[in-house]
Amino acid sequence: MSKVQEGLLYSESHEWVRVEGPNAFVGISDFAQEEMGDITYVDLPDLDNVLKGEEFGALESVKASSDLYSPVTGTVSERNLDLEDAPELLNEDPYGNWIIRVHLANPAELDDLMDAEAYAQFIAK
Amino acid sequence: MRYYDKLVFELSKPGRSGFSLSQEWADAPLDLDPALLRVEAPVLPEVSEVDVVRHYTNLSQMNFGVDTGFYPLGSCTMKYNPKINEEIAALPAFLGLHPLQDPETVKGARTVLDWTDRLLAEITGMKHFTFKPCAGAHGELTGLMILREYHLSRGDEGRTKVIVPDSAHGTNPASAAVCGLEIVEVKSNAAGLVDVEELKPLLGPDIAGIMMTNPNTLGLFEKDIKEIAALVHGCGGLLYYDGANMNPLLGAVRPGDMGFDIMHLNLHKTFSTPHGGGGPGSGPVGVAEHLVPFLGVSTSGFHGNFGVILRALAYILMLGKQNVHLAGRLATLNANYIKECLRDAYKLPIDSVCKHEFVFDGLIDDGACEGKAGATTLDVAKRLLDFGYHAPTIYFPLLFHQALMIEPTETESKETLDDFIAVMHKIAEEAAADPNILHAAPHNAPISRPDETTAARNPILKWENEN
Amino acid sequence: MAGFCYFPQTGEDIRQMLDRIGVTSMDDLYCDVPPEFLHKEELNLPDAMSEQQVRHFFESLAAMDPKLKVFVGAGAYDHYVPAVIPYITSRSEFLTAYTPYQCEISQGTLRYIFEYQTMICNLTGLDVSNASVYDGSTAAAEAMRMCVACARRKNTVLLSKALLPQVLGVVKTYAKYAGIRLAFIEAEGGRTSLASLKAQLESGDVAGAIVPSVNRYGIVEDLTGFAEALHACDALLVQYCDPSALAVLKTPAEWDADIAVGDGQSLGIPLCYGGPYVGFMACKKAYMRKLPGRIVGQTVDAQGRRAFVLTLQAREQHIRREKATSNICSNESLMALWVTVYLSLMGPEGMRQVNAKSSAGAHYLYEKLLETGKFEPVFDAPFLKEFVLKPLCNVNELQQRLCDAGFFAALKTEEGYVSFCVTEKHNRAEIDALVAAI
Repeated sequence: MSKVQEGLLYSESHEWVRVEGPNAFVGISDFAQEEMGDITYVDLPDLDNVLKGEEFGALESVKASSDLYSPVTGTVSERNLDLEDAPELLNEDPYGNWIIRVHLANPAELDDLMDAEAYAQFIAK
Repeated sequence: MRYYDKLVFELSKPGRSGFSLSQEWADAPLDLDPALLRVEAPVLPEVSEVDVVRHYTNLSQMNFGVDTGFYPLGSCTMKYNPKINEEIAALPAFLGLHPLQDPETVKGARTVLDWTDRLLAEITGMKHFTFKPCAGAHGELTGLMILREYHLSRGDEGRTKVIVPDSAHGTNPASAAVCGLEIVEVKSNAAGLVDVEELKPLLGPDIAGIMMTNPNTLGLFEKDIKEIAALVHGCGGLLYYDGANMNPLLGAVRPGDMGFDIMHLNLHKTFSTPHGGGGPGSGPVGVAEHLVPFLGVSTSGFHGNFGVILRALAYILMLGKQNVHLAGRLATLNANYIKECLRDAYKLPIDSVCKHEFVFDGLIDDGACEGKAGATTLDVAKRLLDFGYHAPTIYFPLLFHQALMIEPTETESKETLDDFIAVMHKIAEEAAADPNILHAAPHNAPISRPDETTAARNPILKWENEN
Repeated sequence: MAGFCYFPQTGEDIRQMLDRIGVTSMDDLYCDVPPEFLHKEELNLPDAMSEQQVRHFFESLAAMDPKLKVFVGAGAYDHYVPAVIPYITSRSEFLTAYTPYQCEISQGTLRYIFEYQTMICNLTGLDVSNASVYDGSTAAAEAMRMCVACARRKNTVLLSKALLPQVLGVVKTYAKYAGIRLAFIEAEGGRTSLASLKAQLESGDVAGAIVPSVNRYGIVEDLTGFAEALHACDALLVQYCDPSALAVLKTPAEWDADIAVGDGQSLGIPLCYGGPYVGFMACKKAYMRKLPGRIVGQTVDAQGRRAFVLTLQAREQHIRREKATSNICSNESLMALWVTVYLSLMGPEGMRQVNAKSSAGAHYLYEKLLETGKFEPVFDAPFLKEFVLKPLCNVNELQQRLCDAGFFAALKTEEGYVSFCVTEKHNRAEIDALVAAI
């Protein structure tokens, strides 16, 4: 069973969001990393604007590739550069390793995301 | 096959050489400003001729080809590569022709292209072919350019989308994207065929055409093709035929008769030319009469892979009208025979007569039990290597999780098929008893399973001198 | 039914197999094909030929044309082919395998591709090579796509007008349908103009530029300032190279090019009326993930032994479908082996001699042709093995005379010049004979 961490918000494309003040940290869920298998590369975005639902990067494994979709609208203010050399961090601790930090442009969008309980039900389907 | 661990660079010794050139001008200085010259000579092996011959002979002995054994790699049509083809392609008179020679001095080569054009047109029901494309995907791209050019020539600029079934080869959507077309996916129905009801609402004035493989990648004939052709033509689109699966139709069914406007052939599949470890292939594109004016689209430097075309023509002439009608039928017979003999041990997701290939969805009993993972399609594939077979295509098409796609071709005997069937049954029994035998396979190939994750995380893509 | 040598099933085999399937004829297996589409009669093809007849047929075609000594390059070079190469490449373990999907029984293919990648990297000086594309022209087209993919949001690629005509043609074709804008860098005095490049860069939309190393006039380009100008605008420098000449010429890495492409044909692949050849592509490591095609990497197997695999596959069409870097699947693997064996035999010294001999022969021919008084120089620029002259005589008559004497030379160019090329295959006596025929 994939773990779902309490206190985070989740998108249907399996990204999680942790809100800290005006910023949101975005990562991928345990379910997503299990589906991907051993992640070999994380394609990180430029420090630029992102739209909710827009691709902001991609994950690669040996036999798969998966686009990352931003769960929020805003400006990418920081990228987790540790992932460039150690993409396996996303397999080892998906909730402990964020991918991007976004300065939120429209916090009201957060209401569209699922809480832990709703996401657990979503992936159980 | 045995493991051999050298790279040619590691045989190198300064001062040794493997070439033989006359001495005239061998030490002439280059008449160039030093600023235009490289600082140091490139690092290349310094080895003798016998070093080279032994090294590559040793490398070849870690390889499996059609001449080694049965190679049922689905969608790749690994039929026997006749040896007369190789002799024809090695005729010095053809090898010495420069591609820019005056047509008057290359009449033999032009005759080869003219004959191949005429015979392929008869076999496929198309009007004419261009030979520029060097592989199947290159043919797809060239064919889609012709498709777009047709619409543009009519001022019909809004046709920017192409319909691709969800079962299509990955090259179809990729070629469409490279050609600047947007992809609209159409779903397969429960029978594994294009769902006509799903197709209808997709059709409109923005549709440039549809790409279809028939039989499709499940080896199933798209029996609604007549209605699909009428619908697509009715909305102003064209039909593109992906010839990767042409083999079962060879001498039996012609894409042109089914309503296709443009197609490519993979000469390295249907027409017996060797696959060369991944190429060279040849992907000639044929078109119906109304598209002949657009055949001139230039997607490679000269006249395409002429050496491959020579081989294909030799094959067609060997078959002739007396044998060509049997090629497709025997390929279909062989595939159906394997399918019927193995369906007691492997899951057959769609129970239907197949053409040249079919797809299983893993083992019926994969041996999974409490605390023990079952044998996967990957495990079955790797275990087959131990018994002296190449594996089928695995995890494609994407419609099934454990896809195992088997294509025997017409050049395999009943005895070969029976032996393969027996081994597949044995593997199924092993899996049911103890899947660990399969998890650890292959046991007697030149290497065991490699660490692909590390290869992708920390790519080492060239040899570097450690000294 | 009478047996046919490629079809092993006997009539009895077929009957037994049909019984097992539960049908009565092979046509029953086509029950899902609408009857109007199933061909029951023979196709209108020639009668089957015996192997001897096939051989005779092709030998007669081969005999239709004169055997000419080739003194033309223009993108296909008549270098000597060592005898070892066809012996190695016709080994069935290489010839009759496909793409190395099952790496455990494809280590031969994977190892030679790894060696090929290393040799291309060493010739170009760049970090990463792919396992080949179709030919030089398509390699240039793929490089154009790479520039746009690397640049994000910029959509113009510059092409030097001094590139070979067929390279320009194919790149234009790919650009047209992909919606990539092309602009052109002028050639001045036979060389790609830095001033023209700088003028084009002012648009601000340039993702990269493709310029030749040795150009369509045979001139060795001086690319001083090119990389600097392009990099200042965040654009990539792509060099189109003759890889044989790269053994002596300043490398793409030394010019600070980001991508190098070209046709490996000059590395000992026969002319063969234009193919099969092999396109090569190499780039700096930063652009590795945008490089199209197969790439082989080194790793270890479960016992820790050195092993080779196809890697970075998430770039490719079978995984990424419409989002792949390219649609390429089959490449020119056997021709990559051809090149690898060639470079193994030649080594650094053989490659130096090939260039020395070709260059000396070409310069000798150049002088001799001018002495005839039937040509005058076009450019005052350095060349290696190929050059153009302005003809002062009727070119069609000249070509006919040469053909009658057994030569293919004096190729007419779009500009009205005639082009010559000399490789190490031709000695002074043959060059003298060519000049005498003029």
